[in-house]
Amino acid sequence: MTELTGTLQLLRLNLRRDRIRIGIWIASIVALVAVTVPSIKALFPTQAALDQAAAASQNNAAAIAFNGPAQGLNSVGGQVAFQLGAGGMVLVALMSLFMMGRLTRGEEEAGRVELLRSLPVGRHASTMAALVTLTAMNLAVGGLTFIALLAQGLSTVGSLVFGASFIVVGLFFAAVALLAAQITENTRAVYGSAGAVLGAAYVMRAVGDIGDGTLSWFSPIGLAQKTRPFAGERWWPLLPLLAFVVLLIGAAIVLAARRDHGAGLVAPQPGRSTASPSLGNPIGLAVRLQRGTLIGWGIGVAVGGIAYGWIAPTVDSFIAQNKQLAEMMASAGGASLIDSYFATSFRIMALIATGFAIQSALRLRGEETAMRAESVLATPISRLRWAASHLTVACAGCVVLLAVAGLSTGLSYVAGGGAWSSVPRLLGAALVYAPAMWLMVGLTFAIFGLVPRLVDVAWAVLAACFLIGFLAVILKIPDWVQRLSPFERIPQLPAEHLTVLPLIVISAIAAGFILVGLGGLQRRDVGY
Amino acid sequence: MAPAIAIAGLVKTFGSTRALDGLDLTVETGEVYGFLGPNGSGKTTTIRVLLGMLRADSGRVSLLGGDPWRDAVALHRRLAYVPGEVSLWPNLSGGEVIDLLSRLRGDLNRRRRDDLLDRFELDPTKKARTYSKGNRQKVGLVAALASDAELLLLDEPTSGLDPLMEAVFQDCIREVKAQGRTVLLSSHILAEVEALCDRLSIIRLGRVEQTGTLDEMRQLTRTSITAEIEKPATGLADLEGVHGLEVDGTKVRFDVDTEYLDAAVRRLGELGIRSLLSHPPTLEELFLRHYGDELAKEPGSAGGSGKR
Repeated sequence: MTELTGTLQLLRLNLRRDRIRIGIWIASIVALVAVTVPSIKALFPTQAALDQAAAASQNNAAAIAFNGPAQGLNSVGGQVAFQLGAGGMVLVALMSLFMMGRLTRGEEEAGRVELLRSLPVGRHASTMAALVTLTAMNLAVGGLTFIALLAQGLSTVGSLVFGASFIVVGLFFAAVALLAAQITENTRAVYGSAGAVLGAAYVMRAVGDIGDGTLSWFSPIGLAQKTRPFAGERWWPLLPLLAFVVLLIGAAIVLAARRDHGAGLVAPQPGRSTASPSLGNPIGLAVRLQRGTLIGWGIGVAVGGIAYGWIAPTVDSFIAQNKQLAEMMASAGGASLIDSYFATSFRIMALIATGFAIQSALRLRGEETAMRAESVLATPISRLRWAASHLTVACAGCVVLLAVAGLSTGLSYVAGGGAWSSVPRLLGAALVYAPAMWLMVGLTFAIFGLVPRLVDVAWAVLAACFLIGFLAVILKIPDWVQRLSPFERIPQLPAEHLTVLPLIVISAIAAGFILVGLGGLQRRDVGY
Repeated sequence: MAPAIAIAGLVKTFGSTRALDGLDLTVETGEVYGFLGPNGSGKTTTIRVLLGMLRADSGRVSLLGGDPWRDAVALHRRLAYVPGEVSLWPNLSGGEVIDLLSRLRGDLNRRRRDDLLDRFELDPTKKARTYSKGNRQKVGLVAALASDAELLLLDEPTSGLDPLMEAVFQDCIREVKAQGRTVLLSSHILAEVEALCDRLSIIRLGRVEQTGTLDEMRQLTRTSITAEIEKPATGLADLEGVHGLEVDGTKVRFDVDTEYLDAAVRRLGELGIRSLLSHPPTLEELFLRHYGDELAKEPGSAGGSGKR
C-alpha cells in the first residue's frame, strides 16, 4: 500500500488548511435544516392546516417542478422534505464539488501537490486524503441533519433516510468532480463540468416529477427523493447511487494512475504565435479571459430556461382544470398562475446567474493576487481602465445571461404550444433583473476596492439573497430584511406591471458602489 | 540632466513590518545600476514603489522626473518592467502575452520581437500553462526588451535561465546601454552585476548599506595575497591591516585591507619576492563578507518580509 503512504498527514493538512471553509459549509447547511422545522411547525400549526397545504401543493406543477414529488405533504416531516429536499441536496452537491475540485486539481494546478509528491508520499495519497475529507464532511452534514430533525420530534426512520440522502448525493458529486479533475487540467473546468452534471440532474428530476416520473429515476437528486422520507421510507433507491459513486471513484483512480502529474487526459493544443488584433487593449484581454466562463454559464442558463419553458404548458393545463383556483386568482386581481410561475423562474435564473456576476467581478482580485495585474498596470494602463475592462465584461455578461434566460424560456414555451407573442414578453421579464445583478457586481467591486481581503463576503450576500428569495415565508424573515435584497425590489414581470423607478434607483446604487470601489482602488496598494 | 531615479528617505511599512526604512538611491540616466541585497531586504518593494503599485509612507521618490504614484500612466509609457516571477495567463500562448503587453505599452516592434524570440530560443505557440520557470521568465524578458522604453526595471530577471540564456541576456543589456537607455537591475547573480553594472547599491533591512562603483567598493575591502619569499616571514604579522596570516615555510598567505596594500607589498619586497599572486575581492566575497559577518551578529533580526 505504498501508493497511499502519507494519506493521514495530508488529511490533517486538508482539515487544518480549510477548517474555516469546511466549518462554514457544514454549519450553514445544517442550520438551514434546523431552522426550517420550527418554521414549518409554526406555519402549519394544526393537522387541518397541513391537510390544506398538502391539497394546495398536491397538483401545483410549479411547486413540484421547483421542489420535487409531492409525497407525505400532510405531515411536518413531509413538508420539510418537500421545501428543503431538492435545495438542500443542491447545496450539499455544490459543497462537495467545490471542495473536491479545490483539494485535487486546484492544488495540483497551483503546483503544491508536486512539492508534497517529492516527499515520501504515495501516488494516490492526496486523492485519498481528499476523498476522506469529503466523506467526512458529507457524513457530518448528514449526521447533524439527522440529529437536528430527530431533536425536533420527527420520526427516526424518516430523519435517517433524509440525512442519508444528503450524504449519498454529496458523495456522488464529490466523485463526479474527482473524475473531472483527472480529465481536465484546469480547475475552473472541473467546477464547470461537475456543475453541468448538477444542473442536468436538477432539470431531469423537474421534468420527470412534472410528467410520469420516469426521468427522475435517472437523476441522482430524483433518485434520492425516491427514498420517500417521512412518506413510507424505502432505502433501496440509494443503492444504485452508491454503486455509481464506487464506479466513478474507481474510474478516477484508474485515470489518475495513467496520466502524468499536472496533466489531464486532453493534451493542451498549441496556441497562436502572435496575438489577434482584438487582444491589444484591456477590454480585449478581459473578454478573452472571461469568455469561456460566460459561455459555460450561458449554456447552463439556457438549459434551465428550456426546462422552465417546457414545463410551463403543464402549469397552464393545471389551471385550466382547476376552475375554482383560476376564479380565485382572477378575483384577487392577481396575475395568472402561469405568469407567477414565469416570474419565479426568472428570479431563480437571475439569482443563479448572479453567480457569474460575482465570479466575473472577482476576476480583478484573482488577477491581483496572481500578480498578473501587475504586468498590466506596469504598462500605461491606469487602474481605472483595468478595473473598467473587467467590470464592463461583468455587467454586459449579466445582460447576455438574462437575454439567454428569457429567449430560451420563451422559445421552448412556444415549441410546447405557447404563443409567439410571449417571447418578447418573457425576454423583457428576464432583462428587468439586470440592475439587481449590476448592484451585486458593484458591491463586489466596492469590497475589492476598499478591503480586498474580504471580497468573498460577496458570496455570503448572494446566499442571503437566495434565502430571502425562496425561504422568506418559511423562515419568517422580517419584512424590512427582505426589502434589503435588490431582487425583491425588481418588479416581478410578467406577473406584475413594469415600474421603472426601482430599476433606476437600483442602477444608481450599483453605480455608487462602483464609484466607491474605484475610490478605494485608486488609493490603496496593489498586489497583496 | 535629472537622474532617471532619485529616491531619498523612502519608508514603506506593512503593518508592523518596516520593509523600507529610509532608503536612498540615485540612478543616473544612461547607466546600468546594480541593486543587491539578501532575500527580503526590500528590493522588490522598492521597485513596486517605483511602479506606482505601492504608495510610499514617507520620503521623496522621483522617476524620470515624475511622481511614480501620481503620474503612473504617463511614466509607464517610458519604462518596461520584468518581475522576478513572471506570472502569465495560463490559457494564453507566450506569443500572445508578448504581443498583448507590447500593445498595452503602445510599441509593438514585430521585427525586434521575432529576433528576440530567436535569440532566447522561445517557442511562442506554447500555452503559458506549459512553460517552465525559465521559459516564463523569457516571455517577460522578450516583452520588455522588444520595447523602446528609456528605462528598464528588472527585478531578478534571469532567475531560472540557463547559462547560455544568461549570456544572451547580458548581450541584450549591453545593447540597451549602448543605446543610452537606463537599467535598474536587481539581482542575486553577482557575476551578472559584476559584468554589467556601472554602479551598484547593497541594501539590507530596507536601507542602503553601500553605494559606489565596483572599484570603490573594492577599496573598502581586502585584497588576498599569496607569495613565496626568500627570507623568513618576519614583521608581516605586526603590519597594520593584515589579517589571517598563514606561513608555511617560504610560502605566505594573507588578506590586507586595500588601503594598507602598499605597505604590505613593500614589506614583502624587503623579504625578497620569488612569486606573487594577488587578487582583488570578487563581488561574491564582498557580499558574503558584508552579510556573513553582520548577519551572524544579529541572529533573528534579519527576518525580511519576503516578496510583497
